[in-house]
Amino acid sequence: MKILIIEDDLEAANYLIKGFKECGHNPVHAANGLDGLHMAQSAKYDVLIVDRMLPKMDGLTALSQLREEGDDTPAIILSALGQVDDRVKGLRSGGDDYLTKPYAFSELLARVEVLAKRRKPEDQEMNLKVAGLELDRLSHEVTRDGKKLLLQPREYRLLEYLMQNAGRVVTRTMLLEEVWDYHFDPQTNVIDVHISRLRSKIDKDFEIALLHTIRGSGYVLRNGEGG
Amino acid sequence: MLRITAVKLSLAYTISFTILAILVVVYMTGGAVHFLQEQIKTAVNEEVASLEKIHKETGLNGLVQAMELRASAPSANLYVIADPTGRIIAGNVLDIESNILETEGWTRHPFEYDGFQNVDHIQQAMARVFRLSNGMRILVGRDIGEPERFKSVVARALWLAMGTMAIASFLIWIFVGRNALKRLAMVSDSTKRIMAGDRSERLPVTGSNDEFDRLSINMNNMLDRIDLLDDGLRQVSDSIAHDLKTPLTRLRNKVDSALAGDPDLPTSKNALVEVISDSDQLIKTFNALLMIARVESGSQVAEMSSTNISQIMEDACELYEPVAEEDGFKITHDFEAGLIVDGSRELLSQAVTNLLDNALKYCVSDNDDKQGRSSKKTRNQPAIHMSIKKQGNKIIAIVEDNGPGIPADKRDEVKIRFARLDESRSKPGTGLGLSLVDAVAKLHGGALELGDAEPGLIAKLVLPVSKA
Repeated sequence: MKILIIEDDLEAANYLIKGFKECGHNPVHAANGLDGLHMAQSAKYDVLIVDRMLPKMDGLTALSQLREEGDDTPAIILSALGQVDDRVKGLRSGGDDYLTKPYAFSELLARVEVLAKRRKPEDQEMNLKVAGLELDRLSHEVTRDGKKLLLQPREYRLLEYLMQNAGRVVTRTMLLEEVWDYHFDPQTNVIDVHISRLRSKIDKDFEIALLHTIRGSGYVLRNGEGG
Repeated sequence: MLRITAVKLSLAYTISFTILAILVVVYMTGGAVHFLQEQIKTAVNEEVASLEKIHKETGLNGLVQAMELRASAPSANLYVIADPTGRIIAGNVLDIESNILETEGWTRHPFEYDGFQNVDHIQQAMARVFRLSNGMRILVGRDIGEPERFKSVVARALWLAMGTMAIASFLIWIFVGRNALKRLAMVSDSTKRIMAGDRSERLPVTGSNDEFDRLSINMNNMLDRIDLLDDGLRQVSDSIAHDLKTPLTRLRNKVDSALAGDPDLPTSKNALVEVISDSDQLIKTFNALLMIARVESGSQVAEMSSTNISQIMEDACELYEPVAEEDGFKITHDFEAGLIVDGSRELLSQAVTNLLDNALKYCVSDNDDKQGRSSKKTRNQPAIHMSIKKQGNKIIAIVEDNGPGIPADKRDEVKIRFARLDESRSKPGTGLGLSLVDAVAKLHGGALELGDAEPGLIAKLVLPVSKA
């Protein structure tokens, strides 16, 4: 995956480049907003990572200019400003996701990988399928190996999001944002409890576990441990 | 500078008053003079009509006789009979501007004449001229020394008025300068002292409730608000210094001891994992601090709109329900549906989840064994009750638990940042949860009220009903 990182803090940028390279991605770096804009204009990237405060041209301006030109490359905005209105401003300028500094690399990686796939047509598919697990988005019916599973509405949303991103790690924060529309972390580990409830419904009576916990990052829904 | 203001003020008063006075006097003068002239015209017209009648009945001789008679009366009108060449042949006027007699009808302007009486000033008159069939000219007029005198009286009045204005403006200057501006000077002095660092200084209020008082009161309120914000800021920096130093030191020591040991040992790795989780906790604390500071400053932290608070309570309840179930109890609730407040869903959700976090933390772990949440060992069954209802123009969202509660004298204290009661020091948490709830409540024009649930804590989020 080709990733353009527009970030003026060299140390932070190197940390990201190293991290993405280790995960098999192809990161490219721009040190200011103007360079970033030119690079994004002249080549195709899978995901843009845009710092908000940049020399020469700030991240939001560069991003909204790209959007005006019709470039719809998924973009994630990094910012030290984490308040509600800051995030709204960021998303209005054309950002697809917003991550507040400081963040864990695993969080950014998970978001970037989900973001890169978000625009793929599989999002619109009426049936999601992972191994024997099937989710019908029309009737809201969930079955595994033909056996009907009874899920609460929120469990259904949780599973739907996990299945949409099957094979990719999703973090607790991402789940809180996507499923509950909460843009803050409650102190209690509420997500863990919801996941274990969902797990008991979809995995408990079956031989192969599909919903896995990734220590230090989040969860992934996939067939088997590997990958 | 104040003196300059006083001079400017009184000058402005004087000028505008004078212009007004002149306008009034000119208008009144014009009106009065016009009225007098009209009276003269009517009198002369009547005179002319009667003379014409005499002329018709008795002819020229009778007319001349009648005019001579009238002219000799004391303070008589002006009468002139002139031959067609303009020579005066009879009347009570010695000389007159010759062109006056040339045109018939009313003279356009007052004209000068020379009468029989010896007067030392120029005499002026208005007159009507008419021509007899034989070419003789008759002039009937009236001395207007009177309206001219009136004009001079008016002019005197004008000067008097202007003099009065000058004196009045001087008095205004004294009043403004001595009283009002003196108070401005007091305000200015107080401000200087405040700027110099005397934070307790307040602007003087005389109690007369005039504009100056209201200005001072408003400015004092502003100073109180600034003080409050400043105290908050100082508290944050104090808190950072004291409460963040401890975890930072702990962090440093962990790294230190890991470095001292054999780096290949698994304990080093464990230490690193702990360091990361400690740093995460620190970051969380910083974020919470920043959040509270911004909410408290009242600056635009979130879009405020009509928000369904009942839904927020339901969502939060649903989010925490499984957690409670893990501990073997259910969150009971009593929600009145569809209650709307003007606010931020985000901030209100966070406030409600903070209250739930708190309730869970205290009612569960206090009843539990320290090692974990083995609910079998509980002394009594934990319970949390959530409710929301409308009461008058207030909406009251309640989270209550049956934990140890907060003693009545500590309930205000716990809203302060990092203020954790000694009993809770051992429990995880930043000590910022209730501060944030309190700040969010205040931002929404409401309050966080803590009470005794007998046993346990009852936290009421009191918010005003949406105005929309």
